[in-house]
Amino acid sequence: MNNIALPDAVVSVRDLAKRYGAFEALRGVSFDIHRGETFALLGPNGAGKSTTIEILEGYRDRSSGAASVLGTDPQSGGLEWKSRLGIVLQSTGEQGDVTVRDQLAHFASLYPNPRGVDETIAAVGLADKARTRIRALSGGQRRRVDVALGIIGRPELLFLDEPTTGFDPEARQQFWSLVHQLKAEGTTILLTTHYLDEAAQLSDRAAVIAGGELVAIGAIDEIGGAEARVPLVRWTEGGTRHTERTRTPAGTVASLSARLGAEPTDLEIYRPSLEDIYLDLVRENAEAAAAEIDADGPTSPTTRPSATDPITEGASA
Amino acid sequence: MTALAPAASPARTPLGSSIARTLRLGVLRAGYEIRVYFRQADAIFFTFLFPVLLFGIFSVAFSGQGNIGTAPDGSGGISQGAYYLPGMAAAGILLSGVQNLGVDIANERSDGTLKRLAGTPLPVVSYFLGKMGQVLVTGILQLALLIVIARVAFGVELPTDPAKWLTFAWVFLLGIGTSAVLGIAISRLPRRGKSATAVIIPIVLVLQFISGVYLSFTMLPVWLQDVANVFPLAWLAKGMRSVFLPESFASAEAGGAWQLGTVAVVLLLWLVVGIVVSRFTFRWIRKDS
Repeated sequence: MNNIALPDAVVSVRDLAKRYGAFEALRGVSFDIHRGETFALLGPNGAGKSTTIEILEGYRDRSSGAASVLGTDPQSGGLEWKSRLGIVLQSTGEQGDVTVRDQLAHFASLYPNPRGVDETIAAVGLADKARTRIRALSGGQRRRVDVALGIIGRPELLFLDEPTTGFDPEARQQFWSLVHQLKAEGTTILLTTHYLDEAAQLSDRAAVIAGGELVAIGAIDEIGGAEARVPLVRWTEGGTRHTERTRTPAGTVASLSARLGAEPTDLEIYRPSLEDIYLDLVRENAEAAAAEIDADGPTSPTTRPSATDPITEGASA
Repeated sequence: MTALAPAASPARTPLGSSIARTLRLGVLRAGYEIRVYFRQADAIFFTFLFPVLLFGIFSVAFSGQGNIGTAPDGSGGISQGAYYLPGMAAAGILLSGVQNLGVDIANERSDGTLKRLAGTPLPVVSYFLGKMGQVLVTGILQLALLIVIARVAFGVELPTDPAKWLTFAWVFLLGIGTSAVLGIAISRLPRRGKSATAVIIPIVLVLQFISGVYLSFTMLPVWLQDVANVFPLAWLAKGMRSVFLPESFASAEAGGAWQLGTVAVVLLLWLVVGIVVSRFTFRWIRKDS
């Protein structure tokens, strides 16, 4: 498993599997993340996103398969390795008895080449909260502290696990511009998010995980295949809604308009968004899984005990 | 949000010498931990002020019973306050280390603090040093407060012999170090942060009752004394009694003497046990099986 990495791959995963007892949280997941790339990992709750990201961060051990992160097996990553990572975990419940500035200054001291503390606080938009205790911040503001702690060490590889949960729209926009700056610096980023517009806005490539398996991977404007992106023309005729998939929507509208001899009612030309494509992928996977369970009977070992990601504490059970 | 300054250089900076770095970060952690400690009202009350409070209560509650160790004619002896001072000093050392760290670290494991630290290049030993530094500083402040209140508010006579204070210094340092590492070790016991106080406080409380902190040690049945003597608190309390009680009280001790050699050996043994158990069982997070 030492030689699986491509020369420019910052993260390499081959046939990754994770089992909790009889439950297979991940099965045969393989992908690479290239240097400087922003890679989004998408999928419903409980699909295996967090399990994957936590295996790569070194928090969980894999059951089988191979993984390489910055050229190191994350199961045996040492301090030198950790100093090159930035980790923004899903939200935590720390006490927060220190001020934003004290917390950032302390974490900066753990890294060999940290960013400036005030500069980082300003970059996440908390300059006017620098002297406030973290416990007194709102949820969205605390999340910004998490992001600041993730980037304070000037990481080569940054993990962002649902980073914008609890952000207001303005904070999300600001966060996006911060990520664009980090990308411009050459930071490689692995992002999970439930906001498909965020994934489309920030990432170069994406993978969709559903039911513990990788169901699609590709450039953000190609994922799901060309067929899924064919535009739709919709209009209302005689009280019913019509939809036509076509590669030549302008021609379709022209001939429709000629045929009707009038302006078509409620006309729209619709190009499927990443969200539409994603939802189709997840739906197809769920239908396939349901068919599989029907075939196997209700005792299939892939039946999942809960619909949520295994959380840290629960995972010890 | 403002723009980030561009990266200084893409070249990696190495972490540097590991021992020097571990010590430097340990000192930084200690400063951070002490600041956090004094911002937590519950920690201050239950571990910092508790022995002082109990001392006050005992001294007042039992003052009507007159002095202890008086001559047959009722003269001499020492006040109830003077009698309880060494026990409370030992209890403070136990609370500052075992109870404070046992609960604190279990909570940090539960609330995500340790998970976050696990993702940084902080050495585990630096984290330990930070906790031990916090225990040392708060332990010193706590004992200083206890002794000052005993002297000023309750008129307890303090030893004047420098040799007694030398004994005090080594018993304190050995005791606080042992208590700190045992606190780190015991933090593995609670499965969840919420149950931390329920798991750890009874252990600490029972130990105090059987180790001569609240009750005079020699009034306990011998078998219970034998049980207590396995643990460090009974010896810590005995060491403190040798400092604060008059020499004439030595004959009332089990074995009829202060037995400072045994105090040192038992505390050292527990210190080593605590270090070994902490170092080899500590995990930032509970990894799944």
